[in-house]
Amino acid sequence: MSTAATTEIKPAPPVEKIKVKVDGREIEVPKTMADPISGKPIPTTMIQACELAKQEVPHYCYHPKLPVVGNCRMCLVEYGMPAMGPDRKPVLNADGSPKISKMPRPAISCATPVSPGMEIYTNTPGVKQMREGVLESLLINHPLDCPICDQAGECKLQEYSVDYGQSASRFVEAKVHKPKAVDLGPRIMLDAERCILCTRCIRFTRDIAGDDALGIVNRGSYNTIATFPGLPFDNNYTLNTVDICPVGALTSKDFRFKMRVWFLKETKSVCTSCATGCNIIIGSREEKIQRYTPRENDAVNGPWMCDAGRLNYKWIGREDRLKDVLVRGQKSTWTAALNEISDKLKKAPAGSVAIIASARQTNEELWLISKLKAKLGAISDSIPRDGKGDKILVSADKNPNTNGARLTGICFTEMGINLVKISDGIASGKIKTLIVFGENIVKRAVANEKLRERETISEVVDEHGITAELLQKLDTLIVSDILPNETTKLAHYVLPGAAHAEKRGSFTNTKGRVQKFMKAVEAPGDARAEWEFLHDLVHNVTGQNGFVTIEGLFNQMAKEVPAFNGVTWQALGDTGLTVQI
Amino acid sequence: MAVVVNRKSLTFWEKLYLPAIVGGLKVTLKHAYNTLFKGKVVTMEYPEQKWTLPPGYRGAPYLVKDQEGNTKCVSCQLCEFVCPPKAIRITPPGDTGLKADRTNAEKMPAEFEINMLRCIFCGFCQEVCPEEAIFLQQDYSLTALSRSELIYNKEKLLSLGGEVGGIQKWKHKLEEAKAQENFPVKP
Repeated sequence: MSTAATTEIKPAPPVEKIKVKVDGREIEVPKTMADPISGKPIPTTMIQACELAKQEVPHYCYHPKLPVVGNCRMCLVEYGMPAMGPDRKPVLNADGSPKISKMPRPAISCATPVSPGMEIYTNTPGVKQMREGVLESLLINHPLDCPICDQAGECKLQEYSVDYGQSASRFVEAKVHKPKAVDLGPRIMLDAERCILCTRCIRFTRDIAGDDALGIVNRGSYNTIATFPGLPFDNNYTLNTVDICPVGALTSKDFRFKMRVWFLKETKSVCTSCATGCNIIIGSREEKIQRYTPRENDAVNGPWMCDAGRLNYKWIGREDRLKDVLVRGQKSTWTAALNEISDKLKKAPAGSVAIIASARQTNEELWLISKLKAKLGAISDSIPRDGKGDKILVSADKNPNTNGARLTGICFTEMGINLVKISDGIASGKIKTLIVFGENIVKRAVANEKLRERETISEVVDEHGITAELLQKLDTLIVSDILPNETTKLAHYVLPGAAHAEKRGSFTNTKGRVQKFMKAVEAPGDARAEWEFLHDLVHNVTGQNGFVTIEGLFNQMAKEVPAFNGVTWQALGDTGLTVQI
Repeated sequence: MAVVVNRKSLTFWEKLYLPAIVGGLKVTLKHAYNTLFKGKVVTMEYPEQKWTLPPGYRGAPYLVKDQEGNTKCVSCQLCEFVCPPKAIRITPPGDTGLKADRTNAEKMPAEFEINMLRCIFCGFCQEVCPEEAIFLQQDYSLTALSRSELIYNKEKLLSLGGEVGGIQKWKHKLEEAKAQENFPVKP
C-alpha cells in the first residue's frame, strides 16, 4: 500500500497537456495522471477527461482511488479519433478542421487512455442504449430488496436505474438466489444477491488495506464475494468497503437496520480517535448520532477512515453523561459556579495554580486556557495518550490535538513532562488549585489496543504520579469533563463539557493541518462547549473581553499564536490548512 | 383578477318577501309531516347510528397483517418520510435483535407509532408503502381521554388493522430460493 492517502500531495512536475473534446466541448487534460496506488504517472483515461469536463459518466467498478479493472461496462462511451490518410497525415475537412472518424465500437471510458484530438461522446443514442442494456443485465438477478436494504437512498444501482435505466423489467424467469445476511467479518454483513460483482471491495482490501482477504468464488450467475474459508474479513479498514460498495451487498453491522440514510443530517466534522484527524461526516437524526462516514480530503485521509475511529461515537450519547454543574457535589448553575471559581482564581497567589488541559480540546479552547495560565502564572501540561499506529491512517498518538496543545503553549514538545512537577507541587503543598479539562487523571492505565471495544474517550491515560490521595490535598479541584469518572467524583467543581460533535472548533493534526469541525447534535442537559465557559472564565479572571463566536475566537487566536498567523476560520474551508509545526 | 358579477335585481314577487317564507314553511312542514307520520327520518342519532361508509373512504391508517398473520411492515420508513404532518414515527430494529415475522424479510419495526392527533388521513402512507402494510381504514372518529392515548403504537395499530392479504412476495421469494437449494455456497 502506498502512503498516497496519508501524505501531502507533492507538487508534480508540469505534465504535458492534450486537447480532447467531450460532447463537442474542447478541454485540455493532462496527458498523464497519478496512479492511485503507486503514484506513478499513467495515461489519463476518458472517464477522467469526462470528469474534468464535468460530464458525468455512470460507473460501478471504477473508483478514482482504486486500480481500474473495467468489468461493469457501465461507463461505455462512443468516441472518435482524427482520421489518418494513406500518407499518415490527418485528413482535413473542407474548413481545415481535422476529420474525425467515429470508432465503430464503444469503449469503456475507465480504461481507455485519451489521445490528442480524441472526441468522446457520452450522450449518443447508442451510449444510452448500452447503459440501458448494462443496467438490465445487472438487474436480472438483483433482488427487489430496496425496502429492507440499508443502501437504499445512497445506492448507485437505484440512482442509475432512475437516470439511465429502462422503466420496466422484461425478465420473467426466477431470479438466481444467493446467500443473504452472510457474516463476512466482525463488522461486515454480505448480501450476495445484491452484489453486482464490481470487485471494488476486493481491490480496496488488497491494494489499500493490504489485506488480500476477499475474492470471488463460483461461476457464472453464482459468482459470490467470499473470504477464505474460516478466515473472517477482519482488518481495521473493513468498513470502507461498505462505503465504496455501490449497492447494498456489503453493509455495516453497526449501522444495519438502524436508520434510513435519507433521515440523516450530515455534518462535516473531524475524527478524534487519533492525531491523524480523518475528515468525517457525522450522520445524526434528532440529536442522536447514527454513524460516521469518511469525508474525502486528499491531504489527510483520502476517502477512507479506520474502523476503530468510525465506531468510536457511542460514548457521545451515553446516558450517564455529565449534565449538571456541580459545586461540591451539589447541583448549581453556570453563573454561580463560574463566579465562585473566578473569585478563587483571582485571589490565588501566582504559582499556586496548575492546569492539566486535554489534547482532545480544540485549538480555541487550549488558547483560552493558555491565557488563563499566563494570568495566573500557572504550570500546565496535558496527558499523552500513546497507542499503536499503522502505515495507512492510524497515528500512534491518540490525542486529536497534540499539536494544538504544543502550539498554544499548554505543553512542551514532549507532552507530560510537567506532570511530575505538578504532582510534586501538590505533594509539597505549593499547588493549591488544580484545573483539569477532559482527563481522568486518577486513572493510570496505559493506553490499550482494545480501541474497538472501548466506548469512552475518558479511560485511557498514560502513567503519571497524580493519584487520588494527592488530589484530596488540594484546596480546589476544578474538573471539566464529558463522562463521569474518578476525577470528577473528587472534584469540588464539576463543569459538564461537550463532545466534539456538540460544538464547533478546530484541531491541529499530527502533520500540522488545522481542520475545523461543525456541530452535529446538542449537548445534553446543562453541558456546554468548553470554549463558551472558558471565554466567560477568562473574561472574569483576566478582565479581557474576547470573542463570543468561534469564528472571532479563532481569528483572534490566529493573530496571537505565531504558528497560526495568517490563517482565518473562513480560509480553513472544509479541508483545512497546513501550518508550520 | 377581480370579476364583477352583476346580480339580477329582485322581481316584484321576490321583493314582497312573504311568498318565499311560505315556500320555506312548506318544505319544513312537509318534512315534519313525513317524519312524524310516515317515519321518513332525515337525521341520524349519531353516536349510536353511523353512516355506511363508501368503499375507498379514507379513515385512520392502521398496520395490517398478511393472510398468515405476519406483520407486513418491513420498517422501510417511507411513510415516515412522506407523512406531511409528521404523525408517523418508526423505531427501526437496529441492534435490538428483533427478528421479522417472515425470516427472509429480514426486518420489521421495533416500534411504530402514529399520532392520530396529527394524522390528517391523507393516505400518502398507504400510497407510498412498498409492502402494502398500511391502509387507511374506516375509523374516522377517534376519541381518548388524553393526548398520549391517541398515539397508537405498533401493537394497537396491528390489532386494529386486521388482515389484508396480498401477493406474499417474500413467501414466493423464499419458495423460489428453496427450489434452488443446490446453490453451491451455503451461508
